[in-house]
Amino acid sequence: MTDATFEPVIIGFTCNWCSYRAADLAGTARIKYPPNVRLIRVMCSGRIDPTFVLKALSEGADGVLIAGCHPGECHYLEQNYKALRRHRLLQKTLAQFGIEPARVRLTWASAAEGALFAEEIAAMVDEVKALGPLNWPARPVPVATAPAEIPVLGEVAA
Amino acid sequence: MAKQNKPERDGQERIGVYVCHCGTNIAGVVDVESVAKFAAEDLKDRGVVLARDYTFMCSVAGQELIEQDIHEQQLTRVVVAACSPHLHEKTFRGVCERSGVNPYLSEMASIREHVAWVHTDKAAATAKAKAIVSGTVERVLKNDPLEAIKVPIDAQTLVVGGGIAGIQAALEVAEAGYEVVLVEREASLGGHMAQFDKTFPTLDCAACILTPKMAAAGSHPKIHLFTWSEVEKVEGYVGNYTVTVKKKPRYVDEDICTGCGICVEKCPILVVDDKFEAGIGYRKAIYWPFAQAVPNLPVLDTETCTYYVGGKGGCKACEKFCPTVPNSIKFDQKAERVTLRVGNIILATGWDLFDARRIPQYGYGRLANVFTNLELERMCNAAGPTGGKVVMRDGQSAPKRVAIIHCVGSRDRNYNRHCSAICCMQSLKLAHLVKERTGAEVYNFYIDIRTPGKEYDEFYQRVLDDGVHFVRGKVAEVTDIPFDPAEASRNGSGALYVQVEDTLAGLQRRVPVDMVVLSAGLEPRRDSSEVGKTFGIACSTSGWFIEKHAKMDPIATMTEGVFIAGCAAGPKDIPASVSQGSAAAARVLNYIRQGELALEPVRASVLAEQCSGCRICNGLCPFNAISFIEERKVTEINAALCQGCGTCVAACPAGAIQGTGFSNEQLFAQIEGLLRDFSREPEVV
Amino acid sequence: MKALFYPGCSMQKNARPYLDSLLAIREDIDLELQEIEDWNCCGATEYMSVHRVAAHSLVGRNLALAQDQARDTDVLTAGCSACYLNLAKTDAQMREDARLKVTVNAALAAGGLEYKPGSMKVRHLLDLVCHDIGYEAVKARVVKPLHGLKVAAYYGCQVVRPDYDGHWDNHEHPTSMDKLLAALGAEPVDWALKTQCCGGHMTVIGPDVAFGLIRRLIHGAQEAGADLVVTLCPMCQLNLDAYQVEMNKHFHTDYRVPVLYFTQLMGMAFGKTAKDLGIGKEFVAAAPALAKIQAEAPKVAETKRKRRPKPGDALPMPGME
Repeated sequence: MTDATFEPVIIGFTCNWCSYRAADLAGTARIKYPPNVRLIRVMCSGRIDPTFVLKALSEGADGVLIAGCHPGECHYLEQNYKALRRHRLLQKTLAQFGIEPARVRLTWASAAEGALFAEEIAAMVDEVKALGPLNWPARPVPVATAPAEIPVLGEVAA
Repeated sequence: MAKQNKPERDGQERIGVYVCHCGTNIAGVVDVESVAKFAAEDLKDRGVVLARDYTFMCSVAGQELIEQDIHEQQLTRVVVAACSPHLHEKTFRGVCERSGVNPYLSEMASIREHVAWVHTDKAAATAKAKAIVSGTVERVLKNDPLEAIKVPIDAQTLVVGGGIAGIQAALEVAEAGYEVVLVEREASLGGHMAQFDKTFPTLDCAACILTPKMAAAGSHPKIHLFTWSEVEKVEGYVGNYTVTVKKKPRYVDEDICTGCGICVEKCPILVVDDKFEAGIGYRKAIYWPFAQAVPNLPVLDTETCTYYVGGKGGCKACEKFCPTVPNSIKFDQKAERVTLRVGNIILATGWDLFDARRIPQYGYGRLANVFTNLELERMCNAAGPTGGKVVMRDGQSAPKRVAIIHCVGSRDRNYNRHCSAICCMQSLKLAHLVKERTGAEVYNFYIDIRTPGKEYDEFYQRVLDDGVHFVRGKVAEVTDIPFDPAEASRNGSGALYVQVEDTLAGLQRRVPVDMVVLSAGLEPRRDSSEVGKTFGIACSTSGWFIEKHAKMDPIATMTEGVFIAGCAAGPKDIPASVSQGSAAAARVLNYIRQGELALEPVRASVLAEQCSGCRICNGLCPFNAISFIEERKVTEINAALCQGCGTCVAACPAGAIQGTGFSNEQLFAQIEGLLRDFSREPEVV
Repeated sequence: MKALFYPGCSMQKNARPYLDSLLAIREDIDLELQEIEDWNCCGATEYMSVHRVAAHSLVGRNLALAQDQARDTDVLTAGCSACYLNLAKTDAQMREDARLKVTVNAALAAGGLEYKPGSMKVRHLLDLVCHDIGYEAVKARVVKPLHGLKVAAYYGCQVVRPDYDGHWDNHEHPTSMDKLLAALGAEPVDWALKTQCCGGHMTVIGPDVAFGLIRRLIHGAQEAGADLVVTLCPMCQLNLDAYQVEMNKHFHTDYRVPVLYFTQLMGMAFGKTAKDLGIGKEFVAAAPALAKIQAEAPKVAETKRKRRPKPGDALPMPGME
């Protein structure tokens, strides 16, 4: 059931080199997006321990956004792939707790993609709003796992 | 050294919170006074002893405010809620350090870029700002007083690649008085520049301007030259690299050989030289790449030498005629490995030419009179296979009509997206040289004319004045098949036809020519990703080495101590390569002069007592910072190699890896603080 | 291998030998063809330029019928290049252009049909034979190898580009039919006009242009040493064969280069009779060329030892490895 005035709170983990700078760029460009996301800076999306996600959800967040550099562009070379792997597994696990996969979203944003980052946030806020409050202690049944969207890698030179 | 404020023994921290107005940037949307009040009152039980709001925290007055409070109020930690830490983290860390507080006990909370500038709802923005301050306060409570990690820097530098960028870098460092090891894969220094005839726009002879530098590098007392060698292994970290160089066997003793060249003269085996002569000239089985080779030591090619081929051990003309005593020819010479210690590495490994055979419709390899730009350079070169004469494939006749096709393999979705930066100028230069030497009608087929450098566009005007024809259009096809008998009889049987849309005239053209030159583009070296792995740096998806920042730091890489220069990082002309060589050298000299390097203390480390030896983390580090100690069955992390990404910290199932600067405790605390206002009562379902 | 089959108008009329030979060999290569019931004309090359939406709807009907009638397969194949291209194009453009999809399906709805773009995989017959059935399988069925026969593989312009569903052969210099002919024992010649235009309907609209193009192809094949030209498109075959006589009149030349379909050559190699394969119906008789087929494989010329280069020699050519 969805509360018409429900405003979700989402914790966003952004990597120092790309997505955090994308958020900064969105700010510099004065691009507006909903205030529901609160950002935490880590050095790399590979740093995100699945327990951080669980911690955030158990502390009252309705969703978690993980944002890293595009595959192939990670400042630490390939650690965003590890974030990708963990995210997939985490979504499957969370589904067994009854947490919808859409609540934990993985996205890529390069330091130049301020507008894209803002759009991702807006899209996620809408999705989580539609899902309703997480209500962590009262989650009763598992939900079906929708496959997470794997971003398509850009063209590779022949 | 300033007195460090130590945290109180009983755990009572004294945190100062500063909320910046940033003029009206923040204050116009966020109620900054209310945020400061929130911090002072609601976060008092978390250790906040004072909270202020001020117009510009980064100003001198703002900074002094903090300094004063630190002294008068004995603050132990500082939180500044203002703009992005990417702008002023260092500023406020500096304030703390000056006032005796460990700089890593200060944190910034971004309420400008992430709140005031992106939200319109003032109430929501203020609530979010409060949450962010709360999160940052919780986090800073868990910060450790870190010290920058200092590593000593070995004064010797490794330069990989003996082309113009590598030579320049080596000379700069050597001239400053420090030792350089210069490793070059081919038998001589010079790189691709040595193959060129004249260089644009001045039409300086390439060899004339290059060979003095080659000679200087070859004879400099501080430069240790390894040619016909490759770097096999690199271990260690910035300031302390251990490098293994493999010296491939030349089959010539470099200590005895005088470079007289009799062996080359007497060798009876002539083979096509597809390296230096770009496949249109010959060399012997024992050879040096070109006459001005540095060092002037020949090398023996075992794949074509009679002594080796067939295994019968015949000929030996080189040995027979070698005048040195003892003989310089050593048929059973083996590869040698040398281990070196260096402090910094400069990679200047250059580029490879696009393989024009990949475009079948241009006929390269099938049609005799289709050449590449590199082949034309060799042809025009006075020391080249035709003595500087521009001739057709028959080796004799001069062409009367020549087509030069720009952007072959570049700016093309099917091959390489990038622009190769130099081929427009090279095509103009070749047009000029061809016209000058043969008087032929020259046609340049281009998409755009790119002449951005100094005197470059003037050179273009000059070539226009030469009477070279320019057709704007991407060539569809080069064919030797005439459209009809009339065309065949007009142009003779050997003619080539260039089929192109002349976009300025709006017509299809079939231009009959005798010779076609393809301006093949620059590509990364075919083995660039393997080389990158050896040195611990990454290649982009197109294969060029990745610089630390495309705009602001094109010389450094993500790996401390490894620098890139020249075309290895992307296509560029000679002045840019030379500049980058000097720039890399300057950066290296910087480190050497300091004698030690201070690394950011954001690192991972293993608590050995908690490590179970499961090795899950071992495969996760692209910087080879994680190693397993067999004797003790625990994992160890090299703090100098570690770049601080934290992936291993997240992976350790035992929680045995600590990430300083972004520890689990810090992050959990920040999450709790951010959600302080959101602990909801569970709804009954 | 099973596939839905779209014959197209040409295969039933002027390119009857193509169809006959295909039907004759399909069992040998284990290719089960299910002809679409009540298929209609594909619109050839013209209709798309006249009325795009109507043209797509016309083709869409065939796709919809194929989709509905498909059993155990989602492959739709055609032998004629234009039919193949139209089917592939409509499917691809309905996938990319949502408005086209809606419009075409609205048109099809009038006939009680609907096509879900992407549900059929449109493949050219040559692509199926070379890549799904495979050269080895074809070679295994050869009982009368076509030794001594030099053939020019002519692909025409429509079959290799645009490749909506993936690159199944090089756009400029395709080799799949050459490899197929080699598997049959014939010797494909190396010539540069494989994908050059045959003139299409210019034979009717602007014959001078068409004859020039046809002459160039025939001349090129002959220059390259071919005994006959092998093609895979009824339009190309018609132009090169039926109009070869007209072309000769126009240019006062006397070319006599027969043009056959690759399926006919496959049939010959599999031991079928000329009659079964429709050989003999062509304008430029193929019998003299086919008489060149020998029992023994031709000897491979010994590679001459390269002599050492001397001054005044030609510059070396780049290697093609």
